[in-house]
Amino acid sequence: MKRTALLLAAALAVASPFAAADAATPKDTIVMAKQIDDIISLDPAESFEFSGSEAVGNVYEKLIAYDLKNVSRLYGQLADTWYVGGDGKTYTFKLRQGIKFHSGNEMTAEDAAYSLQRAVIMNKTPAFILTQFGLSKDNAKDKIRAVDKYTLTIETGQAVAPTFFYYCMTAVVASIVDSKVVQQHDQNGDMGNAWLKTNSAGSGPFKLVSWKANDAYVLERNDNYWGGSKAFARRVVVRHIPEPATQRLLLEKGDVDFARNLTKDQLDAIADSPHIATQEALKGSILYLGLNQKNPNLSKPEVREALKWLVDYEGIEKNILRGTYKLHEAFLPQGFFGALADKPYKFDLDKAKALLAKAGLANGFSVTMDTRNLSPYTDVAQAIQASWAKAGVKLELIPADGRQTLTKYRARQHDIYIGNWGPDYQDPHTNAETYAMNEDNTDNARSKTLAWRNAWDIPAMTAKTKAAVLETDAKKREQTYLELQREHQQSSPFIIMYQQVEVSAARKGVTGFIMGPSFDNNLYHAIKK
Amino acid sequence: MTAARLLGTVALTFLGLLLVTFLIGRVVPIDPVLAAVGDRAPAAVYERVRIELGLDLPLYHQFWIYCTRVLGGDFGNSVMTANTVLDDIKRVFPATLELASVATIIGVALGVPMGVIAAVNRDRWQDQVIRVAGLVGYSVPVFWLGLVGLLLFYARLGWVAGPGRLDVAFDDLVAPVTGVILIDSAMAGEWEVFASAFSHVILPAAILGYFSLAYISRMTRSFMLEQLRQEYITTARVKGLSERRVVWRHALGNVMVPLITVIALSYANLLEGSVLTETVFAWPGLGQYITSSLFSADMNAVLGGTIVVGSVFIGINMLSDVLYRLVDPRAR
Repeated sequence: MKRTALLLAAALAVASPFAAADAATPKDTIVMAKQIDDIISLDPAESFEFSGSEAVGNVYEKLIAYDLKNVSRLYGQLADTWYVGGDGKTYTFKLRQGIKFHSGNEMTAEDAAYSLQRAVIMNKTPAFILTQFGLSKDNAKDKIRAVDKYTLTIETGQAVAPTFFYYCMTAVVASIVDSKVVQQHDQNGDMGNAWLKTNSAGSGPFKLVSWKANDAYVLERNDNYWGGSKAFARRVVVRHIPEPATQRLLLEKGDVDFARNLTKDQLDAIADSPHIATQEALKGSILYLGLNQKNPNLSKPEVREALKWLVDYEGIEKNILRGTYKLHEAFLPQGFFGALADKPYKFDLDKAKALLAKAGLANGFSVTMDTRNLSPYTDVAQAIQASWAKAGVKLELIPADGRQTLTKYRARQHDIYIGNWGPDYQDPHTNAETYAMNEDNTDNARSKTLAWRNAWDIPAMTAKTKAAVLETDAKKREQTYLELQREHQQSSPFIIMYQQVEVSAARKGVTGFIMGPSFDNNLYHAIKK
Repeated sequence: MTAARLLGTVALTFLGLLLVTFLIGRVVPIDPVLAAVGDRAPAAVYERVRIELGLDLPLYHQFWIYCTRVLGGDFGNSVMTANTVLDDIKRVFPATLELASVATIIGVALGVPMGVIAAVNRDRWQDQVIRVAGLVGYSVPVFWLGLVGLLLFYARLGWVAGPGRLDVAFDDLVAPVTGVILIDSAMAGEWEVFASAFSHVILPAAILGYFSLAYISRMTRSFMLEQLRQEYITTARVKGLSERRVVWRHALGNVMVPLITVIALSYANLLEGSVLTETVFAWPGLGQYITSSLFSADMNAVLGGTIVVGSVFIGINMLSDVLYRLVDPRAR
């Protein structure tokens, strides 16, 4: 659709001075243009996609949450206080009293227990965030219990770093649902799953009115919001507008208040518009290359390192990604506990050539890269292709649809894969596990982390990563992650390059959209115009 | 063709359609389980869903299940929308129906007279102008026309509404009965909603209509030329009938028969979902549904959609056959 964008850009340049500039959306309704075709479900125990998380994050609440400006600070949302017992395994949450769900029902420990049990028992995609604590279908009702009306206890299988547990409890899957309403909509023992996909039973500032796949979702203000300050907007309509060029047009005409998926070129074009303002937030998603260790050339340590010196990190950021990605070279994204800020690599042809010579490949070699045929992947891949060629590394790009490249990647049939990985929850273990743990390097392994996908066999690093989760001393834990990342930067088959920046463009005068570090904390309640 | 033979042909075509869609679904190098569980699902969940989707069974077994289910009207669930594919199609198809119908009305209302005028004025300037206009409509990509149309009539002149089916303010105001907003709002007497829907549909429909106009006018022209050469036309003229009557009554009347097939085919083409137009205009119709399903490897939805499109094709062809026989006694 690049051609489309170019055409539109050219035509807009001619048309825009004449374009009428009045916003046409109703005063108390916020309208967003966004790509929301990734939504599979709006049931918080099932939703695990970027767009779905955003909707769910505005409708449901969790026991605890983190400060969006300082992720390391946790605060109670539905819980008042919480603590871990002396055994390191029993967590107790004292709930706030007098909180009402959308239905008017009071939120109690029964609801909290039911919600978490439900997520574990249904065992949908995001359930592992809870089940990794030794919770399962069989023991959920014993381990997650309402002790009294306002007290909930959760017993984990083994003692882990308490922060690890707490951050997992801030994930979407740990949202608290109105158990009475959900149970009323049980169909054939599905625990209300079918109903909750398109309806809501939460306590957040908005309730879900409708979701029509590939069309729109509509939220309505919860006038009884317990938090006191109810949302400004009466309705929020998020329209699926697949084409970014169309999003820009709608925004410029004032038919929408926000355009959420503008590309770098479009952002450049609207930079001087008097009617539009942009805002950005650093997200946890990381853009990286995975080098399959089944390829004999790529498995040579010198080659891995050489390729890291062969990427023109700054040039790519400046010319292709500016405004949408930021240079970052460690597996923990900036903003995470224990994130490493070092950026040891830059483009250095001589160093790379020397390393290749040492590996016995002075004249380079040929290799392929599976590339999703979508901006910016293709553009970044082409830039890498050009810079690798300077050292004789002949990179052939294999462009394909996202699902297709992913299918190949998961089956470990790639040479090199260019991809994006977002953390599942806010604790460092989420990325440490996927980038630095590989318990079983056979093709049929149970745990298929990114390290596994690239066939990187690392018993020592796996042990260290596993130990970091059990470390209850925060200072020591942080040190471990820093060490892990340094070691990972040097030896891993991952070329970690950038961290995503999410950009949202809004009509001037439309303010208050909160963009947090994770996709479920893009919040609408303060938006006004 | 007898009714029995017609039905036989339809059944065979349908079986072929089933086989092809099934094979496409199994041959593409995309893992359908991924679409259901996403990239981060643990191995156990992945395996469970694989079995739930029946992908562990042998291929012939899967095809058998597929056939029996489809014949029972069950296309399975869409992993993308969580609804049954049938429900999804019931929702998106009226949007496409609305767009395609308005487009066809425009195409026929303009295309037929243009074709007649071109034929009557063969090789004169009127004919040249109409032929060039048709050629442009036929050869310019519709999505490009769509974008230019949006920029001109929506962004610059403000004559029509932008992408989408309705202004946000009118969303969900009229309960869907047929799903075609123009009809539903008219029935409910909500004329403001009707106006908004009309303002939204007119541009994409005009652009698609232009596309079908090009085809319809070209075919009308050649049918008319053939008729005007016939002896009965000369006879009619000799008898002193007005030229207008000769052309618009006698000649066009006879052309109507083959034209029905042309119009039906172009209508079926539009119903198949004009993917790019729907994308440019954010029109939540069948074309967009099938493409986005394809991009997310939602095979049930792709196959269901394809079968519906195929059935519409078969149905419209059959209908035009029947109409043909009603209009033209010789075909009976």
